[in-house]
Amino acid sequence: MNDKSVEIELADDSTPYEMRELCEMCAVRAELVVEMVEAGILEPSGSAPAGWRFGVRSIIRLRKAQRLRRDLDINLSGIALALDLLDDLDQMRERAQALERQLQQLTDEA
Amino acid sequence: MKTVDYYEVMGVAEDASADDIKKAYRRLARKYHPDVSSAPGAEEKFKALGEAYEVLKDPDKRDEYDTLRKYGAFAGEQFSPPPDWQSRAEFSEGGYTEVDPRQFSEFFEAMYGRRGGVGTQAGGPRSRGFAFRGEDVNARISIGLAEAYSGTTRTFSLQINRLDDNGIPTPELITLKATIPAGVINGQKIRLRGQGQAGIGGGENGDLFLEVALVHDPRFSVDGRDVTLVLPISPWEAILGATLDVPTLGGRVKLTIPAAANAGQKLRLKGKGLPGKPAGDQYVVLRIVVPQAHSEEDRELVRKMQEQMSFDPRAEMEISG
Repeated sequence: MNDKSVEIELADDSTPYEMRELCEMCAVRAELVVEMVEAGILEPSGSAPAGWRFGVRSIIRLRKAQRLRRDLDINLSGIALALDLLDDLDQMRERAQALERQLQQLTDEA
Repeated sequence: MKTVDYYEVMGVAEDASADDIKKAYRRLARKYHPDVSSAPGAEEKFKALGEAYEVLKDPDKRDEYDTLRKYGAFAGEQFSPPPDWQSRAEFSEGGYTEVDPRQFSEFFEAMYGRRGGVGTQAGGPRSRGFAFRGEDVNARISIGLAEAYSGTTRTFSLQINRLDDNGIPTPELITLKATIPAGVINGQKIRLRGQGQAGIGGGENGDLFLEVALVHDPRFSVDGRDVTLVLPISPWEAILGATLDVPTLGGRVKLTIPAAANAGQKLRLKGKGLPGKPAGDQYVVLRIVVPQAHSEEDRELVRKMQEQMSFDPRAEMEISG
């Protein structure tokens, strides 16, 4: 039987990973993580690098940041700005879509 | 093998300067980067762009490419290199390119060779000697609103590279079963650790990332954890107020419509949206449906209303009369 039950992790507010684990999973040096936190790309819980905890959201943002840095040659503050704007854009899109559907339901012939 | 016109891909002239090529690359890369663009086909365009830039930014490779063009190897859209063709590009030594040459076309391969099947990967290079972490895989998973509300178990299949008995990454159809908890939202990212492409030379597997796409529901529109229901009511329910049964994701609940309610008015059922910390709300937007007068008696009744109730919906516009 090929069916394999696998564990999932939601990209939510939980932050189970230490700096060391994040560095291993993303193959980056701790110095870069510190720079990314300073730039606002990553937002760990806890204070001071030793106490920082990261979640799946950090993993996703870090890998995205790596790709944007490599492909588009943007610096870290530019990446932080781009990622925040992209998140905003996603939210706006969803809101616009929800409002469009409501408007349609309000004006449709019953 | 189909030829690829790198100048056309980059939208530059054949005599474009190195600076023009760099500018064109930057502009198109911003436009089609898969992390930035939601346009369909952006990923393919971005890959083609990376390949074109790999050739045109490098004076040696560009020179070779131009030579082959002049030689007429591209005649008839089909590419056949000269018999003694040997590129100066040395892929086997590694470090020649920062992009992932595994993604490049056959055409590129025929001209410049291939870098041993091992490249840097999307999440950043990871190298322990000759070990490389496998690539991450991104996929979308469609989930109905009811499933998102109460959680679900999904079985899905993906074509993913796994190591065969000789340790060579080989595409395999993998079937996975995952339990999706209650309260996922549209665009929710889910990580399945180690379920991406196989690592090479003892490197870890990449991860599989699923993105939840909520399926449109005919009744509810969704914004994050909040849901909105457009509720049709009659004019008299609007005028007099009413207590009505309304659907929510968790079943029917009683909702009190206040007297003198208006079309478009929004009522809130706190915590009746998608579950979470905090749970979302359900909004109910009122829609007043005007009935048809089916008989002369009906019309008479409405005329009476018209006479008795002094009502001017355009009073504030000062155009009544």
